[in-house]
Amino acid sequence: MTSSNRPIALALRGVSKSFDRPAVDALDLTIYGGEFYALVGPNGAGKTTTLRMVVGLLKPDTGSIRVGGVDALSDPVAAKQITAWLSDEPMIYDKLTPYEYLEFVAGLWRIDPAVAQARARELIGWLGLEPHANERCEGFSRGMRQKVALAGALVHDPKLIILDEPLTGLDAGTARQVKDVLRARVREGGTVIMTTHILEVAERMADRIGIIAGGRLIAEGTLDELREKTGETGTGLEDTFLALVAEQAAA
Amino acid sequence: MSQQASLSWLAGHEFRLGWRDWVSLMTAGGRTRARIAFVALVIVGIFMHVFAYWTVATHADANLASGTAALVGITGTVVLSWSLLLSQAMESVTRAFYSRSDLDLILTSPASARKVFAVRMARIALAAVTIAVFLAAPFINVLAALGGGRWLASYGVVVAMGASATAAALALTIALFRIIGAKRTRLVAQIVAAVIGAAFVIGLQIVAIFSAGNLSRFSALQSEWMLRQAPDTTSAVWWPARAVLGDYVALAAVVIFALAVLALAIFVFSRRFGEHAIAAAGVSTTTVRQRRRTAAFRRRSPGGTLRHKEWTLLRRDPWLASQTLMQILYLLPPALLLWVTFRTGHDASVVLIPVIVMAAGQLAGGLAWLTISGEDAPDLVSTAPIASNRILLAKIEAVIGMIALVFAPIVAFLAFDALFATVVCGLGVLSAAAAATIIQLCFRVQARRSHFRRRQTSSRFATFAEAFSSIAWAATSGLAAAGLWQAAGPAVVALGILAMVWTISPSRN
Repeated sequence: MTSSNRPIALALRGVSKSFDRPAVDALDLTIYGGEFYALVGPNGAGKTTTLRMVVGLLKPDTGSIRVGGVDALSDPVAAKQITAWLSDEPMIYDKLTPYEYLEFVAGLWRIDPAVAQARARELIGWLGLEPHANERCEGFSRGMRQKVALAGALVHDPKLIILDEPLTGLDAGTARQVKDVLRARVREGGTVIMTTHILEVAERMADRIGIIAGGRLIAEGTLDELREKTGETGTGLEDTFLALVAEQAAA
Repeated sequence: MSQQASLSWLAGHEFRLGWRDWVSLMTAGGRTRARIAFVALVIVGIFMHVFAYWTVATHADANLASGTAALVGITGTVVLSWSLLLSQAMESVTRAFYSRSDLDLILTSPASARKVFAVRMARIALAAVTIAVFLAAPFINVLAALGGGRWLASYGVVVAMGASATAAALALTIALFRIIGAKRTRLVAQIVAAVIGAAFVIGLQIVAIFSAGNLSRFSALQSEWMLRQAPDTTSAVWWPARAVLGDYVALAAVVIFALAVLALAIFVFSRRFGEHAIAAAGVSTTTVRQRRRTAAFRRRSPGGTLRHKEWTLLRRDPWLASQTLMQILYLLPPALLLWVTFRTGHDASVVLIPVIVMAAGQLAGGLAWLTISGEDAPDLVSTAPIASNRILLAKIEAVIGMIALVFAPIVAFLAFDALFATVVCGLGVLSAAAAATIIQLCFRVQARRSHFRRRQTSSRFATFAEAFSSIAWAATSGLAAAGLWQAAGPAVVALGILAMVWTISPSRN
């Protein structure tokens, strides 16, 4: 399927956001349904700010954001209904068990209890949380907390999953489980947008990669397309990324 | 310059940290607010001196010849203050055990852990003494100005109280560690600290209820029965009181004894402190299994889901529940007075209603902070498909629900005494709770629930507004229950506080 005939999962047009200085500068971004999109960039490039605007945690100064065809700024509730957000710091409730946490999330998204419970069981099984499913999260390691948060992001079956550095601080086994679950979601037709500093992950998992620097999208495409832009073939994403960022800084 | 890792070097480091903590507490981390904090301190100091003049001026002539009544009164005040200091010191010692902060660095460094912890204990003692001196100074100054310089000896007694309270707190907390273990000590020590702080006040009030039929602590201390039980004026029991009245021999004995006890406590316990701190650090890895095993998910509205979550989190966190619900302890004496007067046919509701309303306001403030600001998963709730005002409404409903659960039985019981007063009390409880919730709403911040104890330092304005609002609603309810039109005065003040809060609310601006 070509880009032109695929449904648009997320469209940003002229989105800007400034704090003390511009964090995101007139950003245009289009992500298609069923796509795994990795957003990479140096520290302070505007990746997290962009994603936080998409999920409604920040309001853009200018521009428009459409999630699955819904105007996220004028109808945020409808946009949130089909979106899931997972930040780099797993935010869960220490005094709830994973099952109770998932029941809470399902309640917020108004998911039928029977459907939500079946999904919760499935997710807990996939993520290897079964032995701890009825323990309070207060004693969980960072990796386990991240898995619970990921299960929470998936339990309402979102069309668009947005993750900010989801693999930070995870051991190899846990990271593999998280990646497998995300790949499975994309195979089932979901859309995943992920920021990461681990360029290997972006290289291996993403259908397309966007490179953001200084609040602007400086390059976008498949790994081969990005390589073409630098004029170097056979190099990894790391070399391509550094070359493109250096080129942008020099411009 | 002192030698590295020596006692004096470590003391310098600890006291620098302590000073910076104190400055941060006063200025909320903003350097530019230092001048405002200084002005506020001066104003509070003047206010405290006026308040002290109002309460103790008539006692300035008391001296060693005043007899048992004066000694009993002063001793009662000393014991009351000491119990509060002990409570505060226990909180500090518990915090030192459970706060990770620099523990890893200390215990993995080649510096003597015993020295480090000895200095840390001395810092806790110094903090207790400083607080005690700060609170007692206006009263001592007024007494010295009106009754002579001999009253300045009270400063020595205050120092002795701070030192001995810290020693007792160290002994009690470490005893708890040994008896019930690191896991339970955190909760139990906090509850014991709060109960100790409240027990003496409540005890005196209960004695006053049975001896004089009112809530005044001084009625209990000056009762015939109490004076009859008091030992002879030459007894060592009166040394602290005699020292307060200017007996310098008694003063020397009290100060030397207290400092010796503190030094002994530091010497004995500093060796074990590190081991207990390590044990405390392991507590968080303990797992708690819920009895409910994958029971069927229940159908709830998003608002119902949020309310249920808030109530579950509070119910499952005994430490937080104890911190918030401890204020209910102070309702015990009024409840007892209500019971006693109900049986004897006297109308005590006018006295009780302000206490109940005040407690409702304070409790609602704490609960509102927990539900509105203390959200551990703010991103999750904010990205849920619910309008933000619906989220806030659900959280407010959770607070009001908890207030209703706690206060409905008390208000209902009041109905047996006087129906009009019951209606006034119910409205007062609702108003005070709603006002405290609105104040927390206006000054909401994003914080973790575990930061509950720091809520009063994050916005001193919100803290004062909450306290004054509760006082104003308590006064309004008390006067209204008595059928006095003057109730309109404090009601206007209460509404004025809300208007001011609304005007300067950071979340609105």
